[in-house]
Amino acid sequence: MLVILTAVLALGVTALVLSLVLYFVKSRFKVEEDPRIGQILELLPSANCGGCGLPGCAAFAEACVKSDTMEGLKCSACRRDVMNRIAAIAGHEIELGVEKVAVVRCNGSCQNRPTLRSYDGAQRCAIAAMMNGGDTGCFYGCLGCGDCVSVCKFGAIKMDPETGLPVVDADKCTSCGNCVKACPRGIIEIRNRNKMDRRIYVSCVNKDKGPVARKACDVACIGCGKCVKACQFDAITLADNVAYIDFNKCRLCRKCVDECPQHSIVALNFPPRPSQVAETVEVDAQPVTEQTPVSE
Amino acid sequence: MNTFKIGGVHPEPCKLTADRKTEILPVPKQAVFPLSQHIGAPAVPCVQKGDQVLVGTRIAEPGGYMSASIHSSVSGKVAKIDTVVDASGQRKPAIFIDVEGDEWEPSIDRSDKLVLQSTKSREEIIECIKNAGIVGMGGACFPTHVKLCPPKDFSIDTLIINAVECEPYLTADHRLLLEQADQIIIGIKVILKVLGVDRAVIGIEENKPDAIALMRSKTSMVSGIEVMPLKMKYPQGSEKQLIEAVTGRQVPPPPALPASVGCVVQNVGTVFAIYEAVMKNKPLIDRIVTVTGKGLSNPCNLKVRMGTPVSDLIEYAGGMPEDTGKLISGGPMMGRPLLDDTAPVCKGTSGVLLLPEAEAARKEERNCIRCAKCVQACPMGLEPYLLATASEQSDWECAEENWIMSCIECGCCQSTCPSRRPLLDWVRLAKNRVGGIIRARNAKN
Repeated sequence: MLVILTAVLALGVTALVLSLVLYFVKSRFKVEEDPRIGQILELLPSANCGGCGLPGCAAFAEACVKSDTMEGLKCSACRRDVMNRIAAIAGHEIELGVEKVAVVRCNGSCQNRPTLRSYDGAQRCAIAAMMNGGDTGCFYGCLGCGDCVSVCKFGAIKMDPETGLPVVDADKCTSCGNCVKACPRGIIEIRNRNKMDRRIYVSCVNKDKGPVARKACDVACIGCGKCVKACQFDAITLADNVAYIDFNKCRLCRKCVDECPQHSIVALNFPPRPSQVAETVEVDAQPVTEQTPVSE
Repeated sequence: MNTFKIGGVHPEPCKLTADRKTEILPVPKQAVFPLSQHIGAPAVPCVQKGDQVLVGTRIAEPGGYMSASIHSSVSGKVAKIDTVVDASGQRKPAIFIDVEGDEWEPSIDRSDKLVLQSTKSREEIIECIKNAGIVGMGGACFPTHVKLCPPKDFSIDTLIINAVECEPYLTADHRLLLEQADQIIIGIKVILKVLGVDRAVIGIEENKPDAIALMRSKTSMVSGIEVMPLKMKYPQGSEKQLIEAVTGRQVPPPPALPASVGCVVQNVGTVFAIYEAVMKNKPLIDRIVTVTGKGLSNPCNLKVRMGTPVSDLIEYAGGMPEDTGKLISGGPMMGRPLLDDTAPVCKGTSGVLLLPEAEAARKEERNCIRCAKCVQACPMGLEPYLLATASEQSDWECAEENWIMSCIECGCCQSTCPSRRPLLDWVRLAKNRVGGIIRARNAKN
């Protein structure tokens, strides 16, 4: 019994002494850390991707608090509201540019762009581009092996099995630009995210002359220049047989979309036009009128 | 019998056209000359749309030191300067010439007479080779005048003539040896004079006994030229492997040149082109192409004008079989798949191979089983499985550390892999990327 008591006492006293030492050391050598760093760190994704150019999220949080402005500090994984909150915590003003999104500028789906041969090498766009240029007649468009999908850290790009083209999920896209770097054909572009996520862009980068491009793909830009004439805001330029819409000048009027004979200009997330609505109503109405006599 | 020591494979030879005499293909209706038919800077056109050209007229000048000029192989009118899809699968600028008649430049000696001696000096010969636009005809298309001027600090003691032709199916070099033996020996003498070397070795694989016998009888009276039969093994025709097989010397890893072990290697096709350029004043405007494939009714060796579309060759050989799965420029191991039969014959086109669909299609890929067959097969002593994995994971540092730049892209690894992994595809990707990284680094320093 005595042995047990001695052991308990001895250990207890040692623990007490050591805890006092620890307490003393902690209070004497305390590192003052800005509590804001912890708060910012909680907002950050903690993926430590290094996309901001700093070694990890903790370093980014520290840099936010320590620097005088938010200039040059941008977490590519954080959405606008999150960046605003981070800036508020750090006590800085933040000027975020227009929000952006990745856009795939190719519409060469299996239907639009006939397959001429079978590429059976390793499934990587970079290899297909290097070897023999994929399996269609277009030397500029999507190769469909999904290099952009594999580099996207946010799961924002998926291959559409029907069209064989990558589709960007605008909600998940942080416009970090990894896919732009990964695409050997350079078809992905970071463009402005407009109101209601509306986008107008030339969905083709084919630099071949009109007839060659048209032969390769039904929706290839043939460089006819009709859209350039239609645009009132000088937003469209024509170079190397491809039209390009400057997203800073485009006012989303959709005139070019109607002009394009190849349907290579894509307008996304727009409500249907009144005329188109009327057409669809008519189409919908037809079966009803046909059915009425039968029911009578 | 000699051969190189490590690695190598033994593909089925399939030399269907070894006994077929070289036939002359008629001049095409339109000839297309891509501006980059060689390693290095593309040539710069020196003709314009509408210009009249003769056979042998220079139509493009070298675009730099490492470049070669291009000559018209037909007479006619320049139709346009546009782009064409060549054997590399890329769209490249090219000169299109509509053929009218067959008028030759008067300076070219078209007679069959053998010219034995030339009074040209060393510099004049090199200038002549440069002006003729000669590049390595084995497939690498390295400008020959550059190769014949090795850096001064290397002492060259051996000229090796590459008549190995280890690629299955191809017989262009074999036929050239049999049909133009005298010209080749004169060509070798010319190169020996340029290099200031007194020893030349003609390396021939043992599967060409007729060529070995003929060359032996022709060289028996010539001092300094010897014929060396080599054991059959792919890729013996590769420069480094051939040097090892013939001399036993090993070329250090890149950026070392074969000249660093005292050797210069030239293909027999190149030697013949040098003979024609120096003795006959004829630029490089035609070459022998093997048109072959098991489905072809008339596989043959053809003397083809540069720029002839591949479709003409196939038509001459009996037309494209219906079950053709792949059309390859070159041999089955190192050749490049052609996108369609409109691609023109270039300086490096040694063969046109039509593979039936069943043979051509790649089989389903499986996981690596760590059998190390690829390591055993690699003639450069690399570890292809490791390089391919590094490439898959974009680990360029690992690839560089493991000597990826030494890879000669012979395809031995891929052909032996029991899991049919596309090892060469991955290695090529990594080699491309690592090459870019090294160039960027060198540019910085």
